[in-house]
Amino acid sequence: MGTHSIKLTINGKHYVEEVESRILLSDFIRENCGLTGTHVGCEHGVCGACTVIVNGTAVRSCLMFAVQTDGEEIQTVEGLSQDGELTPLQQNFKECHGLQCGFCTPGILMSAQDYLAKNPEPSTQELKEMLSGHLCRCTGYDGILKAIQKTVDENKQLALTEGS
Amino acid sequence: MENVVGKPVPRVEDARLLMGQGKYIDDIGTPPNTAHIAIVRSAYPHASIQSIQIEKALEVPGVKGIITGKDVVQYLNPFSVGVSAPVKYYPIAVDKVRYVGEPVAVVIAKNRYIAEDAAELVKVKYETLEAIVDIEKSMEDDAPLLHENVGSNIANHRSFHYGDAHSAFKNADRIIKHTFNFPKYSATPVETYGIIAQYESSSDQYTINANFHGPFVIQAVMAGALKIPSNRLRIIVPKDIGGSYGIKAGTFPYMVLCAIASRIAGCPVKWIEDRQEHLSASSSGTDRVTYIEAAVQEDGKVLGLKMKMIDNVGAYIRAPEPACLYRTHANTTGAYDIPNLMVDGYIVMTNKLPTGLIRGYGGQELYFPLERIMQMIAHELQLDPADVIRRNLIKTEKFPYHTASGGIYDSGDYEKGFELALATGKYTEFREKQEKARKEGKIFGVGLACIVEPSGSNMGYITIALTPEERAASLPKSGCAEAATISMDPMGNVNVRISTTPSGQGHETVAAQIVADVLQIPREQINVVAELDTATSAWSIASGSYSSRFASLGSSAVYYAAHKVKEKILKIAAHHLQTKEDDLVIESAIIRSKSDPSKKYSMKRAAGSAHWNPLSLPDGMQPGIYETYYYTATIAEPPDENDLINSSITYGFVADMVTVEIDPETAEVKILDYFTIHDAGKLLNPLIVDGQIYGGLVHGLGGALYEELAYDDKGQFLTGSFMDYLCPTAPEIPNITIKHIETPSPVTPLGAKGLGEGNTMSAPVAIANAVSDALTPYNIMIDSLPLSPTKIWQLLQSSKVKTT
Repeated sequence: MGTHSIKLTINGKHYVEEVESRILLSDFIRENCGLTGTHVGCEHGVCGACTVIVNGTAVRSCLMFAVQTDGEEIQTVEGLSQDGELTPLQQNFKECHGLQCGFCTPGILMSAQDYLAKNPEPSTQELKEMLSGHLCRCTGYDGILKAIQKTVDENKQLALTEGS
Repeated sequence: MENVVGKPVPRVEDARLLMGQGKYIDDIGTPPNTAHIAIVRSAYPHASIQSIQIEKALEVPGVKGIITGKDVVQYLNPFSVGVSAPVKYYPIAVDKVRYVGEPVAVVIAKNRYIAEDAAELVKVKYETLEAIVDIEKSMEDDAPLLHENVGSNIANHRSFHYGDAHSAFKNADRIIKHTFNFPKYSATPVETYGIIAQYESSSDQYTINANFHGPFVIQAVMAGALKIPSNRLRIIVPKDIGGSYGIKAGTFPYMVLCAIASRIAGCPVKWIEDRQEHLSASSSGTDRVTYIEAAVQEDGKVLGLKMKMIDNVGAYIRAPEPACLYRTHANTTGAYDIPNLMVDGYIVMTNKLPTGLIRGYGGQELYFPLERIMQMIAHELQLDPADVIRRNLIKTEKFPYHTASGGIYDSGDYEKGFELALATGKYTEFREKQEKARKEGKIFGVGLACIVEPSGSNMGYITIALTPEERAASLPKSGCAEAATISMDPMGNVNVRISTTPSGQGHETVAAQIVADVLQIPREQINVVAELDTATSAWSIASGSYSSRFASLGSSAVYYAAHKVKEKILKIAAHHLQTKEDDLVIESAIIRSKSDPSKKYSMKRAAGSAHWNPLSLPDGMQPGIYETYYYTATIAEPPDENDLINSSITYGFVADMVTVEIDPETAEVKILDYFTIHDAGKLLNPLIVDGQIYGGLVHGLGGALYEELAYDDKGQFLTGSFMDYLCPTAPEIPNITIKHIETPSPVTPLGAKGLGEGNTMSAPVAIANAVSDALTPYNIMIDSLPLSPTKIWQLLQSSKVKTT
């Protein structure tokens, strides 16, 4: 099996690696780069657990090959918080009990992070539809929705304060 | 310091999980020479294995070995089973396959990609046999036989008679009966099974890391299968498990398979299950046919029940089955005062995936026919279903209530809970709304369900599968022991070790809350370790995460262990302060004398003395602070000679009201509102409690409307991906209102009962009752699940009344 040399950035760190063309991005992130916060739940693009952000777009890393990310910039769950401080979104997941076993959580955080960056004022129904790309079997989605909604509300409040 | 038990405090587990620092089975390190496994599986439901060709696969570079059933069997005994039928269950097929997905060969290779390449080159020649998947047909004399040596597909049969059912049925005004089918469905945690197994020949020892969460009685089953003393099987459970809901209790055949693969290959092996494997070949809930008959008076009072239940455990009966049939044995009559009961229980084997624990285990299968028949009684007697429930609910003054089959319901106020459900859901108003909607051609319905939620299983209950004579031939089993260890290090900081193998239920948080209250130290200073290691943890045969046993049993072990530490600390302080222990009180980590407030001693110093200066301790006291407590509830007795069994420790109560609208054009069921009232005794952490309830309810919703492990009538498996096996996603979740009443349990020191499974038990039937109620004008009666649009559409089409 032939290999390719790829160069990419994950959470601001540079990686230069030799990979087989068939290596999934999810396996590459976990096994080659050791970033085990990205989880693999179904490997057919339904559960959403493996979601990462590639060049500013949330993607399922089980449906991409590592070689496709040559030259790209990737963010994983490990890249959200800085110096051990949770981001407001992460903090709200904690406060609203938006996670139980935590296995689906990194994927949901990445999707929510990407979605809120592009849609600062979503309706509850829109948030539910965004979440429909993720399976969580612990929470019944209630705490997750509350956490994301709280983040939206806080962001709005922040925008108002900054604007005034 | 303010007490924190009972407060909705955020979880200590969250920070690591939110930052991607969880340590799940696939995240822990492996030894450098670890090989990876891919499993070749049967594509047929029933076939004899003619030959397995592995030569081509062995030539793939990087392959370290391939093993088949014939290689494995020499190292193994069949797994022991809880019934007397001589079923031989190995973790891999030996002569024939009995379900789609059954392991046939194991490829061991340098990495998973290579293992899968080689697995494709393994060629298995089968001779197909006729398969059987229908529960009742499997019992017929000419049915295809799965296990020739058993001579029948029936693995177990027992009959029970409590009270005087014959008279009840003779004296009844009416007998109302029906047959119900409960489907096979699963739990599908987002993390699949994962195992790292290592055999060490020098000590003939197996070490297995796995996301297996007990019950740890299966450790003994596995050691027996591996033909080794049980202390030569070391199981290590990682601190994070990515959900289970019971399904990961079924990991054990694969643990044994990986153990043998490591032995034969001569290196550690790792296996992470893929999703198709999980759906087809991990474990599942049990499908059941129930024939139910109720002897009733004209006023709706139920005098007696007869239930014939037939559980389909799939291709092999394996531990802890036939527990699905018996876990709820004490609460067979549910929330109702019904003293006369006959139960006829069968276990059959068919060509489907073997079953095991799943959230609600046995409850949803029991309450589906029971709560459906309560609604049917109302329908036939032209009474309001709420009145039929009222007439039969156990009265508040009857607690502790002794059930017909031996249960002791510890506490409750069922009438209050049920009335609160009706008031919260505005039952009467909804009935008026429904009548108006019907006139407008809309299809509205309301469903009710009252259920008893058992928690903390009695280890003795499974022996009810044996006759009293068979039981007498072996030693009795009782209790529900759980252990916790609490230590204070030389600097006075606290470590807590629990053996309850959580998979998201927040045991670390709640254990810290309990210890904080007992020792009066901030919970942030307490480190809780949830990894279980059978070689170094304090654990019992009953340990693990199942039957919602943490709140009733695990928490009790933590509570009493903390008291042992407190006792020792106070003894040390009393000795140094020259006072008596009962004169001392702990306030914010300082021990003070009540009689002389100037006398004080810090907890840190007391702990320090035990480590740094043991010669200063009271005479005879051991150095160090390291206390283990094994807790069991005393009411968990073995079954008696009359088959009376208190199968659980605590019994909560759930009352549900759900309203639905059915679209006449698409036959889709839309849930308008779901109201659920819980009484789980004293709540330890309301934030976690509601999280558990939401999750359990949505799992029940999946069982009612979407989820089914479907097979065609020839035994072919149809739902091998998440495109076919449908789980509820966020847009499907209705408005849910949760309310609590707290009737403390007199059985547990904190007054808590288990919870989190109740709505998985109640939601399928509550929704079925609502749909049945909605379809009453069409003479449609719901007796099977899931209630997919296809099913409702077909029922509507075949209904004689036009849908106008």
